[in-house]
Amino acid sequence: MDKVMTLADVVGELRSGMTIGIGGWGSRRKPMALVRAICRAGLTGLTVVSYGGPDVGLLVAAGCVRRVVTGFVSLDTIALEPHFRQARQDGAIELTELDEGMLYWGLLAAANRLPFLPIRAGLGSDVLRVNPSLRTIRSPYADGEELVAMPALPLDAALIHLNRADRRGNGRYLGPDPYFDDLFCLAARRRYLSCERVVGTDELVAAGPPQALLVNRMMVDGVVPTPNGAHFTSCVPDYGRDEAFQREYATAAADPADWARFRATYLNGDEDDYQAAVRARGGDRSAVQPASGGRS
Amino acid sequence: MTPAEPTRAEVCVVACAEAWRGDGAMLAGPMAIIPRLGARLAQRTFEPDLVLSDGEATLVHEDAVEGWLPYRSVFQVVAAGTRHVMMGASQLDRYGNQNISCIGNWHRPSSQLLGARGAPGNTINHVTSYWVPRHSPRTFVERVDMVSGLGYDRAAALGSPANRFHEIRVVVTNLAVLDFATPDRSMRLRSVHPGVTVAEVVEATGFALTVPAAVPATRLPTADELTLIRDRLDPDGTRTREVR
Repeated sequence: MDKVMTLADVVGELRSGMTIGIGGWGSRRKPMALVRAICRAGLTGLTVVSYGGPDVGLLVAAGCVRRVVTGFVSLDTIALEPHFRQARQDGAIELTELDEGMLYWGLLAAANRLPFLPIRAGLGSDVLRVNPSLRTIRSPYADGEELVAMPALPLDAALIHLNRADRRGNGRYLGPDPYFDDLFCLAARRRYLSCERVVGTDELVAAGPPQALLVNRMMVDGVVPTPNGAHFTSCVPDYGRDEAFQREYATAAADPADWARFRATYLNGDEDDYQAAVRARGGDRSAVQPASGGRS
Repeated sequence: MTPAEPTRAEVCVVACAEAWRGDGAMLAGPMAIIPRLGARLAQRTFEPDLVLSDGEATLVHEDAVEGWLPYRSVFQVVAAGTRHVMMGASQLDRYGNQNISCIGNWHRPSSQLLGARGAPGNTINHVTSYWVPRHSPRTFVERVDMVSGLGYDRAAALGSPANRFHEIRVVVTNLAVLDFATPDRSMRLRSVHPGVTVAEVVEATGFALTVPAAVPATRLPTADELTLIRDRLDPDGTRTREVR
């Protein structure tokens, strides 16, 4: 019943070449402590399925990624993710570029153990050109409409980050949006939930309305307490995005020497070292950023 | 007191607002500063039923919260068709094909951009408009490098019934308003902003635009609209970040 694990325990269950889904959206509520742990462990050849943000960027920069499956990779307040961008321009990674709704549908199909789900999105667009394996399907009913047959996106592992969880793997978000974290778990064989705080089940239940208990223990195999573990992405209301740090990240990513310095300062040690370096850096973490760069 | 002359940015806010006129209880999807101001202006004036989110998961009417719409629900709205987005475009061609994915060969782009985002699903499911803050031949091109959002030629090639929800209503730029009210649904100059000549717009467009014999001027903001924009919606002047 007790599913509490360490970051090292989780990474120990992951293997190079796996398909890993990552929750959150853009630069919001990303399981960054887990992502940093994967980078440190030096896994390679991963297929990463994500509404992409700096999770994708860090994994690409660390050489962990063979293929990205996504509708976008963005830092929200900084439109373009610099590492992803560079890797694409260098031809260093493969890409499955989907409409955002197709990605949702692929996860939903996997969660429902279906081979595909029909969707209108993608018809007539170059998403079908750049994914030649995608097929359309004709409705067997009188309408005869042709739709995209979005294939299931089954995951070897899912990584998500929530505000609160109990030791059994029940978890809740406290911010405004669940994103697709429950669906990532339902689409995956192994499911890992990092959280700001592990609390007793009573406290978890009392922390908000029941419908915000996004994942339950059927959907989670491991619980990892990682305070500030979504940093530098947002994890409202616990903290907003660390915009100053994100700018530092994006600036450093644009130059190899700067990036080497950034890595040495923040990424070469373990998660405790990272958090200590972030604290030592100081800066304003209190401001919850206003809305910007929503979905398109 | 007569308010100061409207700026170009303020003309653009009103031109964007006009895109949502008549939409009623539809979800507006503005993806940049000036379209967002336009949608908020429309909601406060001639289109009070328009539905707006804060860019995250909260629905807001004027200054008050009125509902919840997380991303998963936005996809339901997309599929239901009760949405009118105004997206950006890194490239746009004469039929309204839009590219926000990458520049150059997709397999190894010279410039990786956002990715297709929701553009394929938006354009096949509901009304779409575009906002281009810098009208130039770099954006208005003969052929886009990747079709993220589909234009009228792609929709026509799909035929019925797949194309039945496709509509590109307007393209608003810092110079003009354009639409697709031509027999072959190619782009037409609908109006030029005050102070802009037709020749300037033609010059800034990388394909042959349809230009009617008489091109009207984009309407000016009313005094009430100007007051709303300046005092209520954008007192910090964020609109000048997109258009000076």
